[in-house]
Amino acid sequence: MAMRHSNATYRLIRRLKSVGLYMAVAVVMVYVLFPYYWAIVTSTRSAQEIYSFSLLPSLNLTNYVQLFSNAVFIGALVNSIVVALASTMIALAIGILAAYGFGRLHFAAGRYLLIAVLMISVFPQVVVLSGMFEVIGWLRLYNSPGALVVSYLILTLPFTTWILTSFIRDLPVELEEAALIDGCSRLRILTHVLLPLMWPAIASTGLLAFILSWNEFLFALTFILTDENRTVPVAIGLLTGSSRYEVPYGLLMAASVTVTLPLLVLVLIFQRKIVAGLTTGAVKG
Amino acid sequence: MTPTDRARRAETRVAWLFVAPLVVILLAVAIWPLGRTVFFAFTDAYLDNPSSYEFVGFANFVTVWEDATFWRAVRNTLVFTVVSVGIETMLGLAIALLLHRAFFGRGLVRAAILIPWAMPMVVSTRIWDWMLNDQFGLINKVLVELGIIAKGIAWTADPSLLLGVVIFIDVWVTTPFMVLLILAGLQLIPEELYEAAEVSGVPHWKRFWSITLPLVAPAIGVAMLFRTLDALRMFDLSYVLAANNANTMTMSIYARDQLIGFQDLGVGSAASTWVFLIIGLIAIVIVGLLRLDRPHH
Repeated sequence: MAMRHSNATYRLIRRLKSVGLYMAVAVVMVYVLFPYYWAIVTSTRSAQEIYSFSLLPSLNLTNYVQLFSNAVFIGALVNSIVVALASTMIALAIGILAAYGFGRLHFAAGRYLLIAVLMISVFPQVVVLSGMFEVIGWLRLYNSPGALVVSYLILTLPFTTWILTSFIRDLPVELEEAALIDGCSRLRILTHVLLPLMWPAIASTGLLAFILSWNEFLFALTFILTDENRTVPVAIGLLTGSSRYEVPYGLLMAASVTVTLPLLVLVLIFQRKIVAGLTTGAVKG
Repeated sequence: MTPTDRARRAETRVAWLFVAPLVVILLAVAIWPLGRTVFFAFTDAYLDNPSSYEFVGFANFVTVWEDATFWRAVRNTLVFTVVSVGIETMLGLAIALLLHRAFFGRGLVRAAILIPWAMPMVVSTRIWDWMLNDQFGLINKVLVELGIIAKGIAWTADPSLLLGVVIFIDVWVTTPFMVLLILAGLQLIPEELYEAAEVSGVPHWKRFWSITLPLVAPAIGVAMLFRTLDALRMFDLSYVLAANNANTMTMSIYARDQLIGFQDLGVGSAASTWVFLIIGLIAIVIVGLLRLDRPHH
């Protein structure tokens, strides 16, 4: 049995508990957020002040000026945007079509196909590297951003299809039955009846696909040969000074802050959608 | 043929039309490349001219099998996977239990916790690399100021610390993913169970062991499966931190190094095929374990 306390002691215990809770949350927040904050601080330091340990940013924007006047970085940023948007769009379009086939139409092979799709999503990327080289060579896409749009489909398509399929399955069938009786084609039902209801799922899968493509490193490192065709993560990964001790940390952190910023905005605005997508993907998978 | 048969056939045909683009693309970017990787593993082809080759049987597989560097990479990957997934699960459960409680600003905190997960791995690695810099890094500065160490530690240069640093960074990056999946599991537990336990005077720790843990176990299992498969194919963190340093080289780095570094399509493909077999085997074992673990109703 719980011990009996006087009202005052009870209140004190509750207050202490709540202080403890907020302190624990604060510790977690510092752990999670501080590295990005420190990257911002470092990015505002000139080469001379870079080794200062003051916790406040210096408001010196030289690194950003240097970064954004660098044609190679701007090019990489454009490549990243084009590649991530294109592969997300293609994955969504194909994923929506397939999700309707798997989620609504009955065909014997469907179940097995869907399991095969799931298995592809756990392929280690390196396993398809040799063969992908050849496919990209045939498409004459080697060393062009197009190579990444094509190869990223192996990463984005399986989970897009999976999440959208489970979303369509959860929608009530009655919605389409009337349209079907009226003689609407299946494609028209998908685009006119289901699609308007699917926006939450499309937004969350689209965000996950975008983040995945934006951050991808292995294919981008392997299929792109020259600086002007690279994406930002590889540009940042390969940025070194003339020696280990001359890494331009200020510039590097400015680039890191910049490439993460769009993701931060997306995450803060669409937090619920991303979590929903992640948990459907995992829990139902 | 009855009308229902005909309708069913028509539906099957339409279904295939809807999934056709997916099937075609996955054949092109997944199945075909996988098949070709296995095919090249039996040849002596080089990357600069893949069309000229001869079949060499299992020679490439033997080459990889007898390469001590490969086994080093396998060992690194397994140590990395077991330790980092283990820590992530514990830490993830602890943070999820904390964030499951009601407090002011919970929505914002849950959004903020996504940030390390959403960041490009390359960026996380370089930020931590900077913070762990032996001379000018913040971590050494703080540890010295606090009197914990006398002089800066070469976190990212000392070979014996390197794998630990890789695990440390990975824990920071992927714990949020664990937290989210475990939180989703916690939210499914009906509140009445706790109320009933409280009324019957079940102590806090016992409520955790006999209500929370068993009910959240499936969510933890799925999260661990995903994280394990992800950790086994890790490439970018080790590569950006230490390139192909033997102390942190993973299986993926080894295979890519054979393929791109040495341009050896045959041996590189054989290494990739080994990676595929190893990860496939581990996946089958884990899925089997999760099935056995599931209570029968």
